[in-house]
Amino acid sequence: MSKDSFVDGNAAAGALLSVFSIDITDADAQCAACGNVAPVARSRVYAFEPGIVLRCAVCEHPLLRIARGTGRTWIDARGLTYLELRTP
Amino acid sequence: MAGTTVLGRLAWYVATVVEGRQETRTARTLVLNVPSWPGHDAGQHVDVRLRAADGYTAVRSYSIANAAQNERVELTVEELADGEVSLYLVRTIAPGDPLEIRGPVGGWFVWRPAFIEPVQLVAGGSGIVPLMAMIRTRAAAGLQTPFRLLYSVRTPENIIYAAELQRRESEGQGLTIAYAFTRATPAGWPRPPARIDAAFLSEAALPAGEDPACYICGPTGFVESAAALLEQAGYDPKRIKTERFGPTGGIS
Repeated sequence: MSKDSFVDGNAAAGALLSVFSIDITDADAQCAACGNVAPVARSRVYAFEPGIVLRCAVCEHPLLRIARGTGRTWIDARGLTYLELRTP
Repeated sequence: MAGTTVLGRLAWYVATVVEGRQETRTARTLVLNVPSWPGHDAGQHVDVRLRAADGYTAVRSYSIANAAQNERVELTVEELADGEVSLYLVRTIAPGDPLEIRGPVGGWFVWRPAFIEPVQLVAGGSGIVPLMAMIRTRAAAGLQTPFRLLYSVRTPENIIYAAELQRRESEGQGLTIAYAFTRATPAGWPRPPARIDAAFLSEAALPAGEDPACYICGPTGFVESAAALLEQAGYDPKRIKTERFGPTGGIS
């Protein structure tokens, strides 16, 4: 995988919004592997249909895996310790 | 109910192309009219969906270039060598044609007129687009918040919005611009072609001591390198926001 073959969480904002119904790119996420805390927008996104993988920008550990099939969506969040959302 | 509003924002809109404006040899601005568009913040983007007759769809994310203004959305698209979507948007789509968009999305890489701190913008190539939305939003609000733009481009011909940037800088409203040319410079340019480096930053950027909010946008390698240079020069990493785009396919 070349250095430039990923984008960041900003680019996944539409897809994430369609799954969670709120914008989580502005939320802080803690990586369960290395403990780094950073906005979801800073994570690395490798998009492969039909799934999305968000990885920690520091250690590359998968934070969030989302796979979509007809009529259902699977979310694997075991790489996240927590997600801190800004709520009004 | 709030949830309804949020879900409503995610609907696909059918926009109509009002105008196409060639910005450089490879970049074109599409002016769209989007009925019921809710408005947007500078730095946000939209997903564009193209659908072929056989059911094949492709989705790509593009930054919004204009300040929010009623139902108008402007996207500036740079043609990628093997970009099926960008080729269509730059070369083929014409005024009157429909275009499906979803958005606005992205709540992190945004600048709002209420932000009062000085702003350091760093653009690589077509990474200028969301930063231009910030420059235009600031101007539309009549503000003089200090804005400094460092813009790295291959050659003078590759500068997107060249005339408008020159005009806005010459208006003396607190926007200043420094260019870094990486392949070819204008005649008599003092700096040979080179990427943004530590020396250029210390000379051209707002000082770290002014604690500016930094927005960096460009190709992945450019953003990584510029963010690392700013951090090494003592800028607060918490105030550095980045948006990178790469050759990765669409995220639908």
